[in-house]
Amino acid sequence: MSSADNAQIVLQFSGVSLGYGDFTVLRGIDLQARRGQVVAIMGGSGSGKTTMLRAATGQLRAQAGEVRVFGQALAGIGQHDLQRLRQRMGVLFQQGALFTDLDVFENVAFPLREHTRATEAEITRRVLDKLDAVGLRAAAHLRVSEISGGMARRVALARAVVLEPELILYDEPFAGLDPISLGITARLIRDLSDRLGCASVLITHDVAESFAIADQVYLVGQGELKVAGTPADLQRSADPYVRQFLDGAPDGPVAFHYPVTPAFERWLSRREQA
Amino acid sequence: MRPYDAIARLGAAVRSRITSLGVFTRFFFQLLARSGIAVSRPRLVSQQVHFVGNHSLLIIAVSGMFVGFVLGLQGYYTLNRYGAEESLGLLVALSLTRELGPVVTALLFAGRAGTSLTAEIGLMKAGEQLSAMEVMAVDPLRRVLVPRFWAGVIAMPVLAAVFSMVGILGGWAVGVPLIGIDPGSFWSQMQDGVDVWNDVANGVIKSVVFGVTVTLIALYQGWYARPTPEGVSRATTRTVVSGSLAILGLDFVLTALMFGNG
Repeated sequence: MSSADNAQIVLQFSGVSLGYGDFTVLRGIDLQARRGQVVAIMGGSGSGKTTMLRAATGQLRAQAGEVRVFGQALAGIGQHDLQRLRQRMGVLFQQGALFTDLDVFENVAFPLREHTRATEAEITRRVLDKLDAVGLRAAAHLRVSEISGGMARRVALARAVVLEPELILYDEPFAGLDPISLGITARLIRDLSDRLGCASVLITHDVAESFAIADQVYLVGQGELKVAGTPADLQRSADPYVRQFLDGAPDGPVAFHYPVTPAFERWLSRREQA
Repeated sequence: MRPYDAIARLGAAVRSRITSLGVFTRFFFQLLARSGIAVSRPRLVSQQVHFVGNHSLLIIAVSGMFVGFVLGLQGYYTLNRYGAEESLGLLVALSLTRELGPVVTALLFAGRAGTSLTAEIGLMKAGEQLSAMEVMAVDPLRRVLVPRFWAGVIAMPVLAAVFSMVGILGGWAVGVPLIGIDPGSFWSQMQDGVDVWNDVANGVIKSVVFGVTVTLIALYQGWYARPTPEGVSRATTRTVVSGSLAILGLDFVLTALMFGNG
């Protein structure tokens, strides 16, 4: 791979295993996200999609393999360097995670106030611009408790992109949105990647919207990466797992049951002995 | 096996207490090490002084007034036996500045502002707000906890002063217009008998120590609360229980140190 090609890679997983304690959620994950690309990570509930996001932000260390962000390996990285990398990322949390002691405007202004020396006029312009993009310019003065769940997610989206980061991670960006907001949000994610040249990584199980905007799709399930390719590649796939997921079929290889873990086995044996 | 089990359990309990104390102390030093933000961005602290101080003002003032009323009545009852009712002003002022002002204010502060700090931090944790901040490369200890800590430390002596002032006015209202003590004696004996350093300053030192203790306990409980409704409610209760016990225990130690030779 040429050095120019390397520079394009913003997020890279190489043979990564992830988990909590002695429980491994995902094994042998290989993934790449390049500048200007929209990458969708898909999979059923509990398949480990959010765990991958936590690994990309450095909140969770890989049990094996290597996670690199902007070319820097996250294993053993110091707190200061990690902070510098995080300043170049934007993250949309599943529940929005808006700051409840601040109003809508101040929530979006938060990263600007913390990481830039922008003037008050500049902050107002940039925040209102981003709120306008998510259709909430006129909600800037409202308190977080006064807006609906869908609006809160759009505010969180504006906050995630206000610094115009080089890598944006979206955890379930389409969940809880009405059809109009959903279409606009999907277009916004695509536009941001095209305009800013940033890499966008979506964690989602919304097939239609993500296939419409994604360049590359990774499907995870049963503790591993099942398939990777363009939306067209996946649509053509005859793999029973891929077919069941895309068609939403009730029967197939996708396990309905949560996998048995060593912690569960210990708990069960204690109960049986009691 | 049984006696060994009991010893092991005792050992585990002692170790757990010592560990908690260590974690608490480390938490205190972590806040101190990040306190530069209180100087570089004083507005963050002043906002929190408004939140923890202003919102506690009413309960502090009303409580101070009633404590002053009671001190006026009880003080008169005792002093009257010795024909020393003219010293009521001095008794009320010394009781408030040396003891009741700092202690009752700190107890009320733990119940009013301490619980809201714990609940706020606990719920921010439960709502992923603190994780979100970390991922935005903002240290939540520095950005969220440090301003609240210094706000508590600043607000406590001010609130204790308000408590004592309103309490003295309460004692005057009962002693002078109601009972009929000479107002000149009430105020002049107070002025003669209350020493700025031995009485007022030591009261201020007490309230600063209580401010550090109560705010630190409230923030610690919120920061380490389990991020569930039950966890936050338990942490809030612990703030009041541990905070109140710490205030009363420290009050004894400080009183012994300050007034032991007085």
